[in-house]
Amino acid sequence: MTFLARVHVTLKASVFDPQGATVARALGTLGFDEVQDVRVGKYLEVRLSASDAAAARERVSAMCETLLANTVIERYEFTLAEEHH
Amino acid sequence: MKFAVIVFPGSNCDEDAVRAIQQVLDEPAELVWHQSGSVDGYDAVIIPGGFAYGDYLRAGAIARFAPVMSAVRAHAQAGRPVLGICNGFQVLTEVALLPGALLANNHLQFRCDIVKLRVETTRTPFTADYQMGQEIRLPIAHAQGSYYADDATLQDLREHDQIVFRYVGENPNGSLDNIAGIVNRQRNVMGMMPHPERAVHPRLGSSDGAAIFTSLLHAWKEAVYA
Repeated sequence: MTFLARVHVTLKASVFDPQGATVARALGTLGFDEVQDVRVGKYLEVRLSASDAAAARERVSAMCETLLANTVIERYEFTLAEEHH
Repeated sequence: MKFAVIVFPGSNCDEDAVRAIQQVLDEPAELVWHQSGSVDGYDAVIIPGGFAYGDYLRAGAIARFAPVMSAVRAHAQAGRPVLGICNGFQVLTEVALLPGALLANNHLQFRCDIVKLRVETTRTPFTADYQMGQEIRLPIAHAQGSYYADDATLQDLREHDQIVFRYVGENPNGSLDNIAGIVNRQRNVMGMMPHPERAVHPRLGSSDGAAIFTSLLHAWKEAVYA
């Protein structure tokens, strides 16, 4: 089976995100007064084969832990969708 | 004393490091390609500045998996010295030979300057030739040099005298506790954002970096001839 993992990596809440702060300020300048906070992160799409969704989930978690995120400073989350051809 | 300077695709301070070692110490320094599986026969390893693997994903993230890094890890675990400069510091945190991480500068600018640092410990093979508390001037050139560690790690670094350099005056990147360089608990792996290899002659604007290399040589001689 083929799965598509959509992975989001963002800085942990405890880590200052200067890009996010700059974007938030720019939005405020543009009149979007309702903006309270912005965090800038990364989005990755990983296509993988796995026997089932549970196996795919386990593999993507391992990828995040070893390479896609640096868990000292970042957190990650992902969704998994089965792809049909 | 024989030095290995690791070269990744995108390293750009490798030749500077070789030159600095040769000129300051008159000791052999060789470039070692990232595909090499060994650093056997080298007494010290330098991971130079640059943009290893283009800093793809994160600075140092891909370099971590280069074949040579297994050899560097073994070299470090055997107690032999490893010095990571700038991008090399980022690589050393990614491979977890040093705690913490380097974040984007808090002002988001690439900062190229000569900064003032204070030597916070001389109890390392990299800094024994400095005076405790000595203020030195070294160049910096980075966009991701803001040292970060969680509270427990930071406390640990302080308690075990692992903070080697702090910025004096303006902090150029927003690093925690003004940290510019740290050493591991075993004191044989050091990472620093400033570039000592670019400050080994008065004509370069400073020669304050030379003592890092002389310290390494003296520590090695003491260990060899002790």
